[in-house]
Amino acid sequence: MLSTYTYPRYACTRPTELDDEPGTVRRHPVVVVGAGPVGLAAAIDLAQQGLPVLLLDDDDTVSVGSRGLCYAKRALEILDRLGCGQAVVDKGVTWNVGRTFFGEREVFNFNLLPEADHQRPGMVNLQQYYLEEYMVNRAQQLPGLQLRWKSKVSQVTPQGDGAVVEVETADGRYTLHADWLVVADGARSPIRRQLGLDIDGKVFQDRFLIADVVMKAQPGLSANTNGQGSLGNERWFWFDPPFHPHQSVLLHREADNVWRIDFQLGWDADPEEEKKPERVIPRIQAMLGPDHPFELEWVSVYTFQCRRMQQFRHGRVLFAGDAAHQVSPFGARGANSGIQDADNLVWKLKLVIEGKAPDTLLDTYSTERVAAADENLLNSTRSTDFITPKSQVSRDFRNAVLTLAGQHSFARTLVNSGRLSVPAHLVESSLNTPDDDAAQFDGTMHPGAPMADAPVLRDGQPAWLLPQVADRFVLMLFVDQPGRLDADTLGAIRALQQQPIAVHTLLVARRDGPAPDGAAVVVDHQGTVARRYGARLGTAYVMRPDQHVAARWHQPDSDTLHRLVSTAVARATCNA
Amino acid sequence: MSTPHLITTPNFGVPGTTYLRAFTPGDDFYEALIATHQGLSDEQSRLLNARLVLLLANHIGDLRVLREALAAARAGATPQEVSP
Repeated sequence: MLSTYTYPRYACTRPTELDDEPGTVRRHPVVVVGAGPVGLAAAIDLAQQGLPVLLLDDDDTVSVGSRGLCYAKRALEILDRLGCGQAVVDKGVTWNVGRTFFGEREVFNFNLLPEADHQRPGMVNLQQYYLEEYMVNRAQQLPGLQLRWKSKVSQVTPQGDGAVVEVETADGRYTLHADWLVVADGARSPIRRQLGLDIDGKVFQDRFLIADVVMKAQPGLSANTNGQGSLGNERWFWFDPPFHPHQSVLLHREADNVWRIDFQLGWDADPEEEKKPERVIPRIQAMLGPDHPFELEWVSVYTFQCRRMQQFRHGRVLFAGDAAHQVSPFGARGANSGIQDADNLVWKLKLVIEGKAPDTLLDTYSTERVAAADENLLNSTRSTDFITPKSQVSRDFRNAVLTLAGQHSFARTLVNSGRLSVPAHLVESSLNTPDDDAAQFDGTMHPGAPMADAPVLRDGQPAWLLPQVADRFVLMLFVDQPGRLDADTLGAIRALQQQPIAVHTLLVARRDGPAPDGAAVVVDHQGTVARRYGARLGTAYVMRPDQHVAARWHQPDSDTLHRLVSTAVARATCNA
Repeated sequence: MSTPHLITTPNFGVPGTTYLRAFTPGDDFYEALIATHQGLSDEQSRLLNARLVLLLANHIGDLRVLREALAAARAGATPQEVSP
């Protein structure tokens, strides 16, 4: 048991299905398997958007051990949309400084200090069990979400109109029919295996020891690191340190004065042996020195793979998170990308279930998230190859980079101890409306880009842009005064809101004023929104419900605005 | 001190290409570099590296740049005692 955390035990109620007439098979529009961060994100999102959802998990508690640790800005923004971002930020440890050591010396440090004027920081460290607990709390507030613990899916039989799902519980087994099945049952994905679906990639022949320790005193961790730096909310990465020769070590702070230490062990290490406290404690003592008493909280030895499924959609079975793709831990691209899978999937699934989009829209869930997974795989594989060189020449180059990095900035950019998770720009997506050839936009908010946040005023009060543009299609129109729109524009705004796939309008105004019918207003008081979006007066952006750019124009004619936006939304929903 | 000729700030990339992430072109190069050595013995790799230095040196040509690069590469290395 952990000294800093008590695992909740969630109550299991007897499923009503067990008391049905034999042969009864209840139908559910969506069943999600796996109440980890990805399954919870999908289920919460579905329920928030008004779809009844059944979430099944084979356990009755949250993640055992700290596991997924770093939550990146985009994941936090999605968690905000799901109603649990603030709890994560409040409990988590925000860090910006990273230090890199080679041998006994600090080679350089970096400050991730994020660009100003974003609500969320670049990265927050938090034990996965806290994240899951907050998400479960949120899930339990949603009336449309049924969360069933200790419910193990033993068999999935795909059918043309869904999947038949066999569920085992302590009270007995039952069968249900899911119109759509979202599979988020983790890296080992029993459902993926049972269906015989391949997941291809590279196995890394290396083992890592992961230890969570509770510091008894605030550490000024300098004894073994040449007196440089003092450990606060920082990430420390060692290549070939004296206390663990020829391998790498990573140290991170978590909530509750818990510290995560990752030791590279090499392929020949015996995982069972290495997990024993009598092996682990001396390793940590060698690292921290004699003056830092600590208590061992949790230990695990892991290997990892970099691989993904060919496609994430298989008829009415949709795979998300680690079940669909796995990366090395360097760069925090696991849970972060899984949460983005859910973000991408849910609005599409909702439109398909409501009959407002053809099911081919769900093929784009696969193509878009496969592209994102490939970017994550590329970056995390490169980090792994840098951190754990596989040949003498590879080690020579790595050491050469590290010895040049102190003095030469080009070498610092080559030091790759993890390229930290950032959202994929879905630039190749067929859902994007390409820019007009003549249109020149400054910045990076091209079609497919995840929206950049910015401070705005709403009703005279400080607010952020992202929460104004969520869960639905939004036309973001840059105007001077909201009260001075021409009749065609006002007509377009009203008509767009009344379409089957409603498009809400957000006026990004230079000056405040009353919102016209069917629109909301924010004031871009610092000009940050216009700058980040390369916008002029009259610039229009269409945003998807997952806060990605679908289309944009500079000063479209007001009499063509409605047609342009409708066409872009049709394209973004496979209705074109 | 005279103005250096050797560029030691990040300089990888394809001219005219903008990169969303500053680290990408350097990582592209590094991956290609390691991949070039794939499957070679240590001895073959040493020869490859020497050939690579010569090819790049000739491409650069400017002896001022090359002398600065040679000095930067050597910095910090102490010659080993050689017994007669």
